[in-house]
Amino acid sequence: MTPPQRRRRYPSQETEPPPTPAKEGQQGDTKAPERLYVVAGPDGERADIDLVTLIVARADPPPSATPEQTAMLRLCTAPLSVAELSAYLSLPFSVVTVLLTEMLTAELVQARAPIVRQALPDRSLLEAVMHGLQRL
Amino acid sequence: MDFKGSDTIPGPRTEDHLPHTAQAAVKIVIVGGFGVGKTTMVGSVSEIRPLTTEETMTQAGVGVDDNYGSESKTATTVAMDFGRISITDQLVLYLFGTPGQERFWFLWNGLFEGALGAVVLIDTRRLEVSFDVIGRLEERGVPFVIAVNSFPDAPRYPVADLRAALDLAEEIPIIDCDARRRASSRDVLMTLLRFLHSLARAKAAR
Repeated sequence: MTPPQRRRRYPSQETEPPPTPAKEGQQGDTKAPERLYVVAGPDGERADIDLVTLIVARADPPPSATPEQTAMLRLCTAPLSVAELSAYLSLPFSVVTVLLTEMLTAELVQARAPIVRQALPDRSLLEAVMHGLQRL
Repeated sequence: MDFKGSDTIPGPRTEDHLPHTAQAAVKIVIVGGFGVGKTTMVGSVSEIRPLTTEETMTQAGVGVDDNYGSESKTATTVAMDFGRISITDQLVLYLFGTPGQERFWFLWNGLFEGALGAVVLIDTRRLEVSFDVIGRLEERGVPFVIAVNSFPDAPRYPVADLRAALDLAEEIPIIDCDARRRASSRDVLMTLLRFLHSLARAKAAR
């Protein structure tokens, strides 16, 4: 039996380098961590928050905290990813992002940035993940 | 906003708390058609009960999603299941199972951009649903492996035939799996990690 055949749509782009321009040399070795969030502007801007950014509360909920902020701060007394916050709060990821942008600005929470794939991930990082998986 | 009182929000169980030393997280995306076993795979290796995050497609979907020209259609909810594996006290791995339809991907800010790589889970009974996904991953430069979820009544193709049918480069791993089994799902992730490692090595050698 012959399986159906995929037709590659853009074969010329197959080996195209990833969109982030790679710096010369020492990729992943000595590079300073990229700053992954920005302080939000006045209207509707969002911090650069990933689904796997780890959020940690920096303070107890202040009296001025909204119910959402209070709930968020109670959830992330220990580090918790934005995806988990979204799931436990039953709020869409985009809404959680807006809330967190405010809370980062107000210094109620701290964001621990995810390790993002640059051109390719660091080999020692991959090895750490492999060791972790082997223990499963 | 429909928001429950903060006292009623269920939080993580005590054993589901990450240690305070957790510094960073990485993610792997498991992508495939509806019913192919993404959530099963996430659940079989996750240390937490798989959670679901939802996103609502509203205005942003206009012109992207086919909403049959209905201006009044306001929201479509798209869900994504995910799980977690603690790698070390500092490092956490998250696994996201996401629908194959590319029109949903924009909802998840940077879902693929920051990912270590992807697992394309396929069902040989419906091979063609994965064609689009594979093309998109190639375009985005996201490294991926193919995992064939071995449903009992699915046709078995020789790997060479699958590789030809999917028009995959020789180096891209294709592995059989049973997404229900933890060891099997872990082997799929290990295959991806080894593949990523070989890419990193090849790049370092250049």
